[in-house]
Amino acid sequence: MKKKIDFLFAGVGGQGTILTSDILAEVGLRCGYDVKKSEVHGMAQRGGAVESHVRWGEKVYSPLIEEGEADYLLGFEMLEAARWPHFLKPGSVALVNRYRIMPPVVNLGQAKYPEEKEIETILSGAGARVVWVEGAAKARELGNLALAGVVLLGALSSYLAEPAEVWQTVIEEMVPPKFKELNVKAFFAGREAKL
Amino acid sequence: MKKIMTGNEAFAYGAYLAGIKIGAGYPGTPSSEILYNFARYPGVYAEWSVNEKVALDVCVGAAYAGRRAVMTTKHVGLNVAADSLFYVAYTGLKAGLVIINADDPFMHSSQNEQDNRHYARFAKVPMLEPADSEEAKSFVKYAVEISEAFDTPVIIRSTTRLSHSRTAVNLEEEPVQQAPPEPLAYERNPVKYVMIPAYARQRHPVVEERLKKLAEFAEATPLNYIEAGDDSLGIISSGVVYQYAKEVFPTATFLKLGMVYPLPVKLIRELAERVKQVVVVEELDPFIEEHVRLLGIPVKGKDVFPMIGELSPGRVRKCAQEAGLIPQGELKKVVSAPALPGRPPMLCPGCGHRGVFYALQRLRTVTFGDIGCYTLGAAPPLNAMHTCGCMGAGLGVVHGVDKVGVKDRTVAVIGDSTFFHSGVAPLINILYNKGVSTVIVLDNRVTAMTGHQPHPGSGKTLMGEDAPLISVEEVARGIGFKRVDVVNPYDFRNVVDTIKEHLRSGEPSVIVARHPCVLYTRERYSPYAVNLELCNECGNCLRIGCVPISKVEGGVAIDAALCVGCGFCATICNPKAIYQLGS
Repeated sequence: MKKKIDFLFAGVGGQGTILTSDILAEVGLRCGYDVKKSEVHGMAQRGGAVESHVRWGEKVYSPLIEEGEADYLLGFEMLEAARWPHFLKPGSVALVNRYRIMPPVVNLGQAKYPEEKEIETILSGAGARVVWVEGAAKARELGNLALAGVVLLGALSSYLAEPAEVWQTVIEEMVPPKFKELNVKAFFAGREAKL
Repeated sequence: MKKIMTGNEAFAYGAYLAGIKIGAGYPGTPSSEILYNFARYPGVYAEWSVNEKVALDVCVGAAYAGRRAVMTTKHVGLNVAADSLFYVAYTGLKAGLVIINADDPFMHSSQNEQDNRHYARFAKVPMLEPADSEEAKSFVKYAVEISEAFDTPVIIRSTTRLSHSRTAVNLEEEPVQQAPPEPLAYERNPVKYVMIPAYARQRHPVVEERLKKLAEFAEATPLNYIEAGDDSLGIISSGVVYQYAKEVFPTATFLKLGMVYPLPVKLIRELAERVKQVVVVEELDPFIEEHVRLLGIPVKGKDVFPMIGELSPGRVRKCAQEAGLIPQGELKKVVSAPALPGRPPMLCPGCGHRGVFYALQRLRTVTFGDIGCYTLGAAPPLNAMHTCGCMGAGLGVVHGVDKVGVKDRTVAVIGDSTFFHSGVAPLINILYNKGVSTVIVLDNRVTAMTGHQPHPGSGKTLMGEDAPLISVEEVARGIGFKRVDVVNPYDFRNVVDTIKEHLRSGEPSVIVARHPCVLYTRERYSPYAVNLELCNECGNCLRIGCVPISKVEGGVAIDAALCVGCGFCATICNPKAIYQLGS
């Protein structure tokens, strides 16, 4: 009997939440889980807040996670991570990329971007353990900010039992061939980071 | 062998497996991916038609001639195609005709959340509703069979959550590729296909008789079935909502409907006899519930679950608990969502539309808008669009406003794909009816919002072939517009001057603001930066609503990773504090 694991991805349109969550879904399928996944395309992708739900389990009905049920939150952007405490389960892990994209209201001076401490308080208030991931910094080191999501995925993989080879195979199959090596490097950078 | 597919990918796969040879549609979230996935299969022809009505007519033609066809559309696109739906409901067809329609509860990317199940009853055609990608695949085959057996178009209804969710699909044996078929002999049958009143009157009884037979079919088809559970609750549900209900009511008896019109009356009665309470869990309108109520069966539905917005497992559970359908004891403690700065979608960095909207903001025009990426011109800080109703509406609306006469300066803006979709007819109307309106066509050369599908102004087809490029300005001139100008939206001074000149002229006019979508062309230059010593904090660059630009202590900063180097901010920076790196 496979344990149910719910993953919530949060980020800004264009950050690559869709591809990384696709990779996670495929890893689940290869490891024998029933898998469902959901997200919204279109209007929401033009720099707006986006979220993806990935669910692994013996038998999964809904493609959407229920409030208070997510085991892992993958925050691609700090403010976006802070938006979802109501989905987190006590004892869950929130992996947050230390990276800020200012929303227009903040740019216009009409609102304040929350401090790192506030974000931690919001997420830990839901009983989650907050883990900061230097996804953006590692991605920059590798020369492409778009790799931050795969760094996060690597960090997530270190919490799960599924073998690294499965992750690597799926990543190699699903990313554009040109960026295969870089993505694998990014994955292991995340997986091997001391969190 | 299983593969994870979105609902839309599975629809395309199902259409291919079902022997459908022709596909036509117009892009619209959440339906767009069906057709471009279908187009990749061997031995098929698919096209982006100029609009949904044309797409349906194209499919009707194929089906009349004897080839199976699929038309894809979002819910509001079926409004555009409704005229055609209603005639083909009368005529029937020769080969299977399937319409895959995607509704958008919660309006993730739409102007309303109409429930298109009503179209099935309205047009008297059957409707299927799959609940996951595996069903999305297999229901297309059922739809083709029903279409051909009952001589009727069949609608498959999806929703955003089905179309854009990924679930496992069983891969099937590839259909054997036959040699290209011989040209068909067209079978002439005017009594069936010419809907003049005399013949249409003969067809209406056929439609009513067909509906009766379909209702009998609904009782026996494997698309509808009862899942035995305990006898306290009998849940009737369909589509992705069925999945939510399965999580919330794991032990209940279910009537799972794969065919939502016509409904299986006997199965509904059977369920009612087996359980103490019948509950309909459905998104949007009480479509199934009203039918059950008409049968005289006491039923819970919209008194428990909301009619507005999208359902979710959490929402279904909360409502069920509040109504006492499941024990209160299971009530989970969930922290509330925090109040944080919002992040609405915005025009992309480098988007050419920004130049036009900033000019319109500065000129304080009342701007009548339309559906597309450029609807984002309505958002702060641009605030430069004042109406947006549906595809093609802005050009008729501006003409009406101009005929009434208002003190303000007025313009209509419309995208290039939208112009070909439904902008040409109202443009003719402006000229013919002696209007004075100025129409700005925001031409980025693709249908951008829905994922960069080609259109008549792109020079490419869905099949990837070169195509005649239809020029917006030549269409306008051909209609008879005398004042037609093409501008580069990045050339801010020229955009402002041209709009002013057109408004002053007092004659009907067209401005084509052309720059290819940067997200599509991936056009990227060295990013811009700010010299804080020159910055006088006037805030102009913050008013263009470009994500990389943000307020910092003593001025603004540009995030080099997000900037695509279009330079528009530099052209509107009065103290010339913004410069290109490496220049």
